Amino acid sequence: MAKKTALYDEHVKLKGKMVEFGGWDMPVQYSGLADEHETCRTKVGLFDVSHMGEVRVRGRDSLAFLNRLVTNNVEKIQDSQAQYTVMCFEEGGCVDDLIIHRMGPEDFFICVNASNTEKDYEWIKNHSPKGVSVENVSPEYTQIAIQGRHAQPILQKFTDTPLADIKYYWFRQGRVLDKEAIIARTGYTGEDGFEIYVPWHSGPAIWSALMDEGQKHGIKPCGLGARDTLRTEMKYPLYGHEIEKDLNPLEAGLGWVVKLDKPGFIGKKALVALKESGLRRSLVGLRSLGKAIPRQGYVVETAGTPVGVVTSGTLSPCLKYGIAIAYVDRNLNAIGTKLDVVVREQRVPHEIVETPFYKRPY
Amino acid sequence: MEFPNGLLYTKDHEWAQPGADDTVTIGITDHAQEALGEVVYVELPKIGRELKEHETFGVVESIKAVSDLFSPVAGKVIDTNSAVTGEPGLVNSSAYKDGWLIRVKLANKDALKSLMDAQKYTSFVQDLK
Repeated sequence: MAKKTALYDEHVKLKGKMVEFGGWDMPVQYSGLADEHETCRTKVGLFDVSHMGEVRVRGRDSLAFLNRLVTNNVEKIQDSQAQYTVMCFEEGGCVDDLIIHRMGPEDFFICVNASNTEKDYEWIKNHSPKGVSVENVSPEYTQIAIQGRHAQPILQKFTDTPLADIKYYWFRQGRVLDKEAIIARTGYTGEDGFEIYVPWHSGPAIWSALMDEGQKHGIKPCGLGARDTLRTEMKYPLYGHEIEKDLNPLEAGLGWVVKLDKPGFIGKKALVALKESGLRRSLVGLRSLGKAIPRQGYVVETAGTPVGVVTSGTLSPCLKYGIAIAYVDRNLNAIGTKLDVVVREQRVPHEIVETPFYKRPY
Repeated sequence: MEFPNGLLYTKDHEWAQPGADDTVTIGITDHAQEALGEVVYVELPKIGRELKEHETFGVVESIKAVSDLFSPVAGKVIDTNSAVTGEPGLVNSSAYKDGWLIRVKLANKDALKSLMDAQKYTSFVQDLK
């Protein structure tokens, strides 16, 4: 049985089409994927992302512990600052990607992928030293993302926290509709906006308030479908597509969150060795030069020889052509390189282009 | 949702409309187009291709999903709808008319007997819910 978020009844009221994702019953779309995508890009969209997991790590040695656990340098962030990072296996593959929020010097709030929540929690817990507490606090939080250029004025109606003061990848602990909330200027769409973590049962009231206040800004609820096409246009990685156990962050283009110059962390040895022996593939952005749409798993070829594979592909609702994120041989990763994607035994010409595919105009 | 009388239906949610000279016109049902969402790409076979019953003859794609098209009958493709490859949204807006996909010359007239009529298909769809 798939789990239901606190907002399940809201989705049903809004005629969301429910599907199972990562063990959760989630809305894949409401008014239509293209419409929701467009609304988020031009106005503002509201997303239930309560399926995402949250793990709280606290205690005197929690900072040093996390810094041994993840690839980014957690010492670089201050109180109320968030950091995107990867957590690796010893072999260098990805356990998951995460956002770490530093609530205080000895208190960290970590957002993880829905389908990885249990695995991540076990992994963190099993590596934690004495004196560090690790809690899976996922059941306590409803997470709502409000994304798009009108996000700030809508959310501001319900909080005293001055949102204009929160910079990208910073957050505040405040109140929304008088409920305790973590308000982070983060997101998975490429738009300005916020992800808020509020008490589980306050979810429906806050969701409805944001929907009502958002009406004059043209807000629409957005499902997982739009969430996926929005992130694909930004080339944001998704676990199970661009990163997973057998894929390492360096080849996934996440070298910017892998600090090989910091003291030992899990996976460092393997990643250093990989870098020294030379990376073999690159994660690139492809645009279709034909009409066919590239999809996950399709083979990338040059002159009939396989040189890669598509990890995510869709018709870009904004650009109106097919786009793909793909691993290709490293010597073929230059912008402008022409490659074929094999679509049902037909070779469809594609070109490596700059990413993100979409850049917001404000 | 509408399932017109006079059309025949499959469990894969295709419809077939018998015409003159043992030909049938084939498309996807209202139920199928609604489940898919906005259709953004349609791929159809070459004219002249011989199809077996239940053989994949093309795809319809929404932004997120690819769905195979299965031929309700065996026969030879004698026409394809070029309007729908140019404007895939016709599958949504006019599933039984402008959104038709292919026309097939039947290999065997009796093949139609195994398809469902509108009434049977309606209860088949209701049972899926």
